[in-house]
Parts: sequence; structure tokens; C-alpha cells
Amino acid sequence: MNHELNMGNIYSHPQSLREKSTHYCPGCGHGTTHRLIAEVIDELGIREKVIGIAPVGCAVIAYDYWKFDCSEAAHGRALAVATGIKRIRPQNIVFTYQGDGDLAAIGGNETIHAANRGENLTVVFINNAIYGMTGGQMAPTTLKGQKSATTPEGRSVELHGYPLKISEMLALLPGVKYIERTSLDSVANILKTKAAIKQAFQNQIDGVGFSLVEVLSPCPTYWGMSPQESLRWIKEAMSKEFPIGRIK
Amino acid sequence: MNKTKILISGNEAIAEGAIQAGCAFYAGYPITPQNELIGYFAKHMPERGRVFIQAESELAAINMVFGASSAGARAMTSSSSPGISLKQEGISYIAGADLPAVIVNIQRAGPGLGNIWPAQSDYFQATRAGGHGGYRLIVLAPASVQECYDFMFDAFDLADKYRNPVMILGDGLLGQMMEPLEIKDRRSKIKNYEKPWALTGCKGREPNIAKSFYMVEGDLEESNLRQQKKYKLIQQKEERWEEYFVKDAKIILVAYGSMARIAKGVVNRLREKGERIGLIRPMTLWPFPKKAFTQRPTPKTKYLVIEMSYGQMLEDVLLTVNGKSKVEFYGRSGGGVPTEEEIIKKVHSA
Repeated sequence: MNHELNMGNIYSHPQSLREKSTHYCPGCGHGTTHRLIAEVIDELGIREKVIGIAPVGCAVIAYDYWKFDCSEAAHGRALAVATGIKRIRPQNIVFTYQGDGDLAAIGGNETIHAANRGENLTVVFINNAIYGMTGGQMAPTTLKGQKSATTPEGRSVELHGYPLKISEMLALLPGVKYIERTSLDSVANILKTKAAIKQAFQNQIDGVGFSLVEVLSPCPTYWGMSPQESLRWIKEAMSKEFPIGRIK
Repeated sequence: MNKTKILISGNEAIAEGAIQAGCAFYAGYPITPQNELIGYFAKHMPERGRVFIQAESELAAINMVFGASSAGARAMTSSSSPGISLKQEGISYIAGADLPAVIVNIQRAGPGLGNIWPAQSDYFQATRAGGHGGYRLIVLAPASVQECYDFMFDAFDLADKYRNPVMILGDGLLGQMMEPLEIKDRRSKIKNYEKPWALTGCKGREPNIAKSFYMVEGDLEESNLRQQKKYKLIQQKEERWEEYFVKDAKIILVAYGSMARIAKGVVNRLREKGERIGLIRPMTLWPFPKKAFTQRPTPKTKYLVIEMSYGQMLEDVLLTVNGKSKVEFYGRSGGGVPTEEEIIKKVHSA
């Protein structure tokens, strides 16, 4: 029986993704999200117009996996770099890929002001509630009670403050046109993540304005869990603090 | 040649020079004494179809410049000393990624918040790699409103030619003072520099990456060595300086920027009295114009370095002269500016 004849080509390697294995840990969400972005870019037919900004953090060499023009940015400065590129090349499609430390801690100011200027940019924001690259320290989005290298007794509100809901904060700004929080904890939610990323790119193509997708993403290594446990923790703990769905 | 003369401040002349030289992108954050510069860009960039952004911080501004430059545009930012400190991170990344950019520092006195008076106390920061990682900036030091304008053409051309950040090191005195400026029909060499490395979208080619990050063993060292080679070439080719009455001089003043204007006044006054005094005025601070000193085979010549600092360029003069001639120093900072009288007193006691 010829499957291809009956079903068509249902799975192939995205053109926007290089054929190489990643350096990410087993169960990490970065590889999945890289692929979703590549699929979306292929489907929108914009690979030759896209300029991506890779962050500082585990995804620092995202440009080694994607197959389109990319820039690095200093930690937290991705949206400033993206602003410079987009203002010079408004016809190109410019997106940033940023973690929670990059976007919500060290780059908080750049994030707020790029959003407030209503830059016509797309942001993919990976929230895994931890600093992966540097060895599992507290992120601004680390949950209450969550253990990390710098909160060995668990995050205490008195000492470390609350998990930062930057997406809800950004939703208050009139310059922001679209914010959705999604999750990688199930196939259904991965597909919803892809749809949200596609919407955020489509918005830029249509000139709608600042669009951000926050992706709740597993980090089994620094959560001290198996990949399966990590997905359950997203569903049972993380999604309670950071409810998924359309925010704006 | 079409010539027009206008009365304009140093800060405004820098901005107009940049625009004429093809600057397509400016981002900055206000700080005294360089606010006329950002104000001029705000008014004149949009009307000429260029990009002006008042950034949320100096960090954002320099990183916007990183982005605009990586996208192939002539891009610049400006600030004054405390703001330039904030930009050092971005300048290091720009240097690391071999991106052209122009950064203007209209120096004020420090350290810390200091005050808003002119100073030359950022020489070390400008010429020694102010950020991390051991890179070099090409540093130009204009000494008049005319040079504020003219040097912007050189700054952008040098930045593109060597794919390297260029700093214009002025000071509050130079930025604020007004002088007649001759707007010459000077052609920018912008068209000479193609940018096949720029991020434009990968249509018809392999993707371009703007980066300073090299994880694979040996790759960063290779990048470092390539940059060292570039720096050596810049040192060989780009030393610039002005000589004023140096041929028969027994004592040569060494000063740059505003300080050189005052030093020139000293030379004029003492020459009138028949004293054999001259001036070497470095126009590039990096590369430091060593040839101005080493080409002079007269070890008996004394040098008197004058700065609005407590001796920073002095170290480059000492390194260059290498003990072969006597080097004296006079400087004030913290807002104090050496006067002609003070310098003449020092000349006569040297």
C-alpha cells in the first residue's frame, strides 16, 4: 500500500530548519518551538524576508538551526536590536525569540518600550520558569515555592517577590495588539502554540503591530523532573500561575 | 563648488554632517551637554525620510544601532560621558560582530554623575576599549565646528571601510560653541561600500548571521586574530594629526579637541615674542599618531601635553616618545579648563 498516494505528504523537514540535531536536553521545549516557527515561516512563504533575533540563553545559537537571516542580541536587548532592523527594513519580517530572563528581567525595559512604541514585531517568549543556560537559577517567572540554584529553599515571596506576569502587564499597553499564552504540555497545545505563532507573524505581515506569544515550555533538567513529569507540572502547576489562552 | 556659510553649534554640525554623510538611523537618549544633537536629528531626520528614535535608555539606543547597522544602514548614536558608560556593552557587541557604527561622545566631567562642564576624562575609555573583550574603536577628535561636520564623513567612511565602530570624541565646549560652518558639497563615499554581509532576508543566498558569539574551540581566537590584523592595518593607514609651527620648535605642545584650540592660542602668543614653540594636535586618538613623534629625530625637543584631564593622552605620548625626549604635563579637569596664561606659565617653567 502506498501511503503517500493515499495520504499525501503529511510530514517533511521544514525548509526554514537546517537538518541537524540540536544541543538541547531531552524533553526541552526549545527544539519543538524552533520547529513550529520554521513551519509557520514556511507556510507563510516568508523565509527569504525573515530576520530572526536569537537571545542569550540556551537558544543562543538558534541561528545554527534556523535557515534564514539572524542576528544575535546582548542579553535582554533583542527588542532594541529588532527595532533597529525593522525600522530600517520595514518590508522584512522581524521576530525575536527570548527566554524569561531575557525578556522579563534584564530586558524588561526594552520589552516594555518596544511594546509601548507599538513596533510591528513578532515576539516568541519562552517561559520555562528557570534560567537554563547558567545552571538553573531563579527566573522572574519562577513559581512560588519552586526550588532553583538561587532559591534552594524554594522561591519565597518575602525574599524574591512574585512570579512576574509580564504578558498581562504588556496587555495594558495600547501599542500591543496581540498576546496569547500557550503551552507545550500536550500535542493539542503544541498545535495551538503553532496557531498562535502563525497569528503573531500574520499580524506583522498585515501591519497590525506588536504581537507576542508566551510559550510555557518544559526544562526537565533544571526542574529536576523527567520529560513526562515536566509536562504534567506545566499542566498542574505552571498553567495555574500562568493561565493559557488569549490575553489580548 | 557650492559653498554656504552658516552659524551653528558643534553639536548641530555633527548632526548635519552625519545626515550629509548618509546616516539613515539615529537613536539616542537625552543628556547634557549634547542635547542639541538629538534635537537636530529629531527635527531633520524624519523630514529627509531617515529614522529617528528617542530610545528608552542608552542601552536600548546602542542596541538599536546594532540592529540598524546589521541591516546595512549607516547608523549612529550620541551621548555624553555617563551615557557612554551605559553604551559600552553594546559597543563591545558591535565591535565583536564587525559592524560599522558611529558613536559620538560629547564629554562632560566625571567620574560618576560629575557635572555638565567640558572635560577630556574619557580618553582612556575611548582608546582602550571601554567595554569588555579588548577591541578597538577608531577615535576621531574634532577641534572646531567645521571639523565636527567634516569628521562625520570620515567617521562613516572609516566605519564602513573597516567594518568597525568609530567614536567622535568631543567635549561640552566644542559641542556648545557656535562658529561659522562652511557647508561644502562634500560627497560621502557611501556608495563605495557594499554590504553583502547585511541582514536583508536570505533571498538568493545563504543566510547571513550578525554575531560576536563563537562557541566552537578556536573560532573566537580566529575571529580575535582577524580583528587584530584589521587593527594593525588601521594603525598603519589611518593616523591623522595636525602640526603647527613644529619644525624649529624647542618645545611642542600636544593637545587635542577644544584643548588644542587654547594651545594654538598659546603658540600664537609666544611665537609673536619669538619663542620657538609648536603644537602637535592628534586628530585620531586611536590610532594614536605615533608618526608625528617618531618622524622627528630631535630628542632635544621637549613635549608639553595639555589635557582637560589629569593625564590620559599623556600615557600615549610617553609610550611613543619612549624616554627619548622630555615629556611634561599640565591638566585640569572636573570642569576646570586650562587657560592660556596657565599654559604659558608651565611652558616657561618646563
